[in-house]
Amino acid sequence: MLANSYVNTLLFGVYPYICLVVLLIGSLIRFDREPYTWKSDSSQMLRKRELRLGSNLFHYGVLVVILGHFAGFLAPHWAVDWALTPVAHQLLAMVVGGIAGLVAIVGLTILIHRRLADPRIRLNSRKWDIAITLMLWLQLALGLLTVPLSAFHMDGGLFETLTSYVKGIVTLDGGAATLMMGVPLTYKLHILLGFTIFLVSPFTRMIHIWSGAGALSYLFRPYQIVRTPKTRAQEPTRP
Amino acid sequence: MKIRAQIAMVLNLDKCIGCHTCSVTCKQVWTSRQGMEYAWFNNVETKPGIGYPKDWENQERWNGGWKRKKNGKIVPKQGGKLAVLANIFANPNLPEIDDYYEPFTFDYEHLQKAPELPTAPVARPLSLVTGRPMEKIEWGPNWEEILGGEFDKRSQDYNFEAVQKDIYGQFENTFMMYLPRLCEHCLNPSCVASCPSGSIYKREEDGIVLIDQDKCRGWRMCVSGCPYKKIYYNWTSGKAEKCIFCYPRIEAGQPTVCSETCVGRIRYLGVLLYDADGIERAASVEDEQDLYEAQLKLFLDPNDPAVIEQARADGIADNWIEAARRSPAYKMAVDWKIAFPLHPEYRTLPMVWYVPPLSPIQSHANAGAIETVGEIPDVRSLRIPVRYLANLLTAGAEAPVVSALERMLAMRIYFRQRQLGEGDGDAVLAQAGLSVAQVQDMHRYLAIANYEDRFVIPTSHREEAEDAYGLKGSCGFTFGNGCDFGPPHSSLFGGKMGRRKLNPVRPLDT
Repeated sequence: MLANSYVNTLLFGVYPYICLVVLLIGSLIRFDREPYTWKSDSSQMLRKRELRLGSNLFHYGVLVVILGHFAGFLAPHWAVDWALTPVAHQLLAMVVGGIAGLVAIVGLTILIHRRLADPRIRLNSRKWDIAITLMLWLQLALGLLTVPLSAFHMDGGLFETLTSYVKGIVTLDGGAATLMMGVPLTYKLHILLGFTIFLVSPFTRMIHIWSGAGALSYLFRPYQIVRTPKTRAQEPTRP
Repeated sequence: MKIRAQIAMVLNLDKCIGCHTCSVTCKQVWTSRQGMEYAWFNNVETKPGIGYPKDWENQERWNGGWKRKKNGKIVPKQGGKLAVLANIFANPNLPEIDDYYEPFTFDYEHLQKAPELPTAPVARPLSLVTGRPMEKIEWGPNWEEILGGEFDKRSQDYNFEAVQKDIYGQFENTFMMYLPRLCEHCLNPSCVASCPSGSIYKREEDGIVLIDQDKCRGWRMCVSGCPYKKIYYNWTSGKAEKCIFCYPRIEAGQPTVCSETCVGRIRYLGVLLYDADGIERAASVEDEQDLYEAQLKLFLDPNDPAVIEQARADGIADNWIEAARRSPAYKMAVDWKIAFPLHPEYRTLPMVWYVPPLSPIQSHANAGAIETVGEIPDVRSLRIPVRYLANLLTAGAEAPVVSALERMLAMRIYFRQRQLGEGDGDAVLAQAGLSVAQVQDMHRYLAIANYEDRFVIPTSHREEAEDAYGLKGSCGFTFGNGCDFGPPHSSLFGGKMGRRKLNPVRPLDT
């Protein structure tokens, strides 16, 4: 069914934009209108055990994976070609992504076990807390499945197709979806689930990723913060 | 020099009776909410003891406060900025809720609804985290109340450093004191320095340290950054919360709830003017034992015309300068030097100070003849070891504590001699280095402790800062997202954690 051109356009041409728009505008609305709900929602205080190992493995692994996706898919040709042949590029992505993905999925497995097995965490989880972790686990598993699949396409051709597709989406190329016609199912599912995670993010704890990036500004501020009555007066008051 | 003003608090431990009224009234007003059951913005500990949360004073374990590097700079003890960010996914220094205590209630309903049973029904404890029955309550907010528990455990108290503690385990030699604790509203707060989102700030006009609830992202670095463990993670809202020094009351010129309701009248609130430019220098002095003096030097004399002129230039209102002149905090900390910061060695320059308690003369030390040094009993023969108090209040420097205890004893002896016609008390004053005016003031503030003398709080000048017309009819104190009345409304963006109801409890015999 996914090979049908109409459905293909819907899923890979239209759906991504719906997801991206909801992600961006949804996050903005939540940030502006519901700042009290904007948080990382840590449950470390309730139970440290398992979290330290699981959370560090997952987050550091997934950070490498995400940054790798950005670099791999969005870096323009001139930035990459002088250093790497397409084959070498694909190999690099498979090795680094594979290792980071494994680290992340091990961490996430520990975290899911903690969330479901520990009554303190289980009883205080929202439905979405559990749903999003399972979605992320599935997404990591699909991503890892593409690594051995890619080993059968070591010429860099499929890799190039996928790169062109992502670049096409980002550059608003209306024909990008057609590139996905011949792509194996695992990749398609990985891409669809990825966009779905974007779609639900503003309604889940995933919004803390924005703040994680924002926390980098900590490096550039002085240690002490003093607010004067005048600066406080400029803060928005909520009716 | 940049002069700022702060409402500082002084607690006269000599008069604390450990009634917990401060803690209870504070809890009723500020933390009787889900997610904050375990949190006490104000708590009273019996010392010696490991306290709440367990062992909080042991910074080798919790890594709170600041540390001084070899080059003379100070950084948060839990790490510099990069280290804080690197630990953001799992904070290695964060206490677990069990380090405070697992909050609980009791299944009172069962007492009313239990069927006829061979034995009387009991109300079993229910965890407020899971809603499930707890087998046994293992710890509470004041588990060591009045020397509860074995000495072995209590004596893990960090303040026994350099004290031969074994003899204090014996009944004849034991001692205790109460230590009410709240946020110190430090001049050099390490919670502010630890916050990756920059959501914690110190208010310029009154020094109160607050967390912007809309900006807090729940990274929980402040919880570990604060050496006093006075920032609490609300596990339901996912935000950090702390003592707000009852700022809505302070702004209106009223004392904090803990101070207002203090039965023993041990709490004092008053303005201290300080040199904001000197904070970093004072917090960075090399020897920990100099930190008390260094902080004392930051406080400026509100009667000095040069200080008054500079304070006006820096925007401090006249009613604040006037209040600073009548400040009980200034008198106790600077004039009489009987009040001290709590654990100055954390380098946060705390602004809640303590008058050390007197204690009975050791009974076995010469029954009948009390050891005296000149006119004053030897404070080293008091039941509470001076070194213990020094570890608590001056990073181990005994001389300032000895002097303060002598002055308090001198005040008693002076008034006793005069009232009983045993002398004029001049010799004792001379020995303690007090003038007649000073000792009479001390008596007025410490013994009589009138409301007007204890609380000298100038009203804030919100009219200069805010558009009062715009505020008219808006909501008052809220937790963000508009007015917080009634049951929490559901939202597209996910509600609170832990919205489950308490799980029903089955009878014991099934």
